[in-house]
Amino acid sequence: MDALILQVLNGLDKGSAYALIALGLTLIFGTLGVVNFAHGALFMIGAFCAVTVQRLLSLSFVTVDETQKDFLGKPLKVETPYVEAWFGPEVGAAIIDWSVPLAIIFAIPIMLAVGFIMERGLIKHFYKREHADQILVTFGLAIVLQELVKHYYGANPIPTPAPDAFKGSFDFGALIGFDPNTIIYPYWRLVYFAFSAVIIAGVFSFLRFTTFGMVVRAGMADRETVGLLGINIDRRFTIMFGIAAAVAGLAGVMYTPINSPNYHMGMDFLVLSFVVVVVGGMGSLPGAVLAGFLLGILESFASFSPIKNFFENWLFLPSIDQIIIYLVAIVILLTRPRGLMGRKGVMEE
Amino acid sequence: MSKLDVTRRSVLKTGSVAGAGLALPTIFTASSAAAYTNEPTGGTVTLGFNVPQTGPYADEGNDELLAQQLAVDHLNGVGDGGCLNTFTSKALKGNGILGKQVEFVTGDTQTKSDAARASAKSMIEKDGAIMINGGSSSGVAIAVQGLCQDAGVIFMAGLTHSNDTTGKDKKANGFRHFFNGYMSGAALAPVLEKEYGSDRRAYHLTADYTWGWTQQESIAAATEAIGWETVNNVLTPLASTDFSSYITPVLNSGADVLVLNHYGGNMVNSLTNAIQFGLLDKLVNGKDFKIVVPLYSELMAAGAGENIKGVFGSMNWNWQLQNAGTAAFVKSFGEKYGKPPSNSAQTCYAQTLLYADACERAGTFNPCGVGEALEDFEFDGLGNGPTWYRGADHQCFKDVLVVKGAENPTNAYDTLEIVEITPRAQVEYDPEHPMFAGGNLGKCNPGA
Repeated sequence: MDALILQVLNGLDKGSAYALIALGLTLIFGTLGVVNFAHGALFMIGAFCAVTVQRLLSLSFVTVDETQKDFLGKPLKVETPYVEAWFGPEVGAAIIDWSVPLAIIFAIPIMLAVGFIMERGLIKHFYKREHADQILVTFGLAIVLQELVKHYYGANPIPTPAPDAFKGSFDFGALIGFDPNTIIYPYWRLVYFAFSAVIIAGVFSFLRFTTFGMVVRAGMADRETVGLLGINIDRRFTIMFGIAAAVAGLAGVMYTPINSPNYHMGMDFLVLSFVVVVVGGMGSLPGAVLAGFLLGILESFASFSPIKNFFENWLFLPSIDQIIIYLVAIVILLTRPRGLMGRKGVMEE
Repeated sequence: MSKLDVTRRSVLKTGSVAGAGLALPTIFTASSAAAYTNEPTGGTVTLGFNVPQTGPYADEGNDELLAQQLAVDHLNGVGDGGCLNTFTSKALKGNGILGKQVEFVTGDTQTKSDAARASAKSMIEKDGAIMINGGSSSGVAIAVQGLCQDAGVIFMAGLTHSNDTTGKDKKANGFRHFFNGYMSGAALAPVLEKEYGSDRRAYHLTADYTWGWTQQESIAAATEAIGWETVNNVLTPLASTDFSSYITPVLNSGADVLVLNHYGGNMVNSLTNAIQFGLLDKLVNGKDFKIVVPLYSELMAAGAGENIKGVFGSMNWNWQLQNAGTAAFVKSFGEKYGKPPSNSAQTCYAQTLLYADACERAGTFNPCGVGEALEDFEFDGLGNGPTWYRGADHQCFKDVLVVKGAENPTNAYDTLEIVEITPRAQVEYDPEHPMFAGGNLGKCNPGA
């Protein structure tokens, strides 16, 4: 039982990431009708915003310590971060320690700007083109972006730890009557889940309870009529692209303490996020969120060794953890061709 | 008067034979004028450095490339000579190889077997490379080694740790300086017994490809020999980035040691996940929970950050070793590039010098002559202490390092500390050992 609860918890944080990326993908598809294969790259750029903030806060000046030697036997060059010199060692170290949460402030304008530039500079030229053209150009853009990041940050994962206050794990087992240390879950993953829930709720509230959101929803349902009413729907959709980019970017920022970011992380999430969107139903925001969590939990269960062994030994399906999402997608699309919560008329002739 | 009888059938027959002949890769149909593939005829000789310049191991590959370029400098008499000054063989004089200036071309393996074979093939066919060196993955090394065997050039493997490279997939034209999974197990087990005792239960997470399988087999055998029990072994996809769902079952498995048979980004992520789930804070079976990473690299250690503190593993070489070869190499590399070299850089540097030295001693670039000169060659002065290139399987035997993550690092490069230098005799094995059985070196192939 304890193992099953752990796998559900595991699925929640993985599902959070899928849901946030899929939410942004669906927003862009629902508003602009663009299949954005560069969305994973936006997640990655968000993560590298956190890396950049960490590096900026760790900028140091060098002093030579004659008493210590470097690897060549020369006097050691000691680096002291400017923030520690300016605010004192303790406050300076605390600022660096909180670089990931601080990166959120940095990432929001950056991601909005990246989204705006991407939409105005490239994607708007492909609104009336085939989906295949959109996929090709956005996929190409994703490769360019990841190669740029690799050039400047290297190919290796870069450690970006959570603040010390969030290190360690929460003992769920002790809370619900199990033995201590049987169901533990890292604090930062709980933070990530809560953060995702807030962002998702924020996006839904924005679309549901604001005039801007109402217009966007109307535009998603009938773009032409909204335009005929004298509303500049294109401008609102561009802003939605920026918001979708910011959602992906923030998901990336907060993900960095879970797995050290590398230039390829966007691609790792991209394909699965598209499956999430298709399973949830093209254009359906609640569908994207539901499918994100559902597939995250399923993937987590499929990695659980007793289940993995059962599939391998009894159903002759090795590596079920790698294919479960696709199997479920096939089953759902066969039984519900529009996905779990898909709308009629989306991606249909 | 003769009659020319042209039928549809005869045209097809002739055409298919001619087509098949033309389709044969040129590397397998070398000119009969040459004694061997890519025999150098001018004043230069070309080496091919095939390393991952893009993809997940690109940093590792770039470090290898820096070392290979340094080796070429030293062979051509540029710079301070590095290990040419400490190498026990004195055949190399800093005037190229056999009097020919050394040039090089590079290929990008992308850490993909097909891309690595394509780049190696291109360097051999188009650039005339006479030797291929490099690689940061056993899958790639085994694939390229097979290609070099067929093409008739020498393959001096870079970082490849699978037992299979010099086991079931060994080839007469392939040579490995790097250590392997068996040696990691043989070196690590006694240290683990001393540190953690003989009553332990180990849970393995293993990368699902040749290197992961053979390392897991080796480490499990070595730790079971000291009394440990292997509780479970779970294969994880190479493309995994989040290992949390593989880590959580460890919590309640009854295991008190987690062995991560992962490398590169996989290892960085799985170790980070394990630390996040508080494994190192757990008390199981009355003992502190421990994590072991059998194969370490400096670049991985930097990626894992403070998570590696106190975690044991093994290495082929480390820049902190105290011997003349290491000092010479670290000085050359450090002064040129401003950082200490990684162990993958060292193995590529050593392999390039060993190849050049073998050519000099053999007096030829012919792969069969070079291979003969390398077989059962004993040397010192390249950083690993006394080393033997065993003829039976083309595997180097030398001391192995047991290391652990530095508890109190003083600078960015001080990530690992050497715990023990395991003597060569302790990691040696019979060429017919079951973990290496099933292969056959075959005959040296000169190509032409």
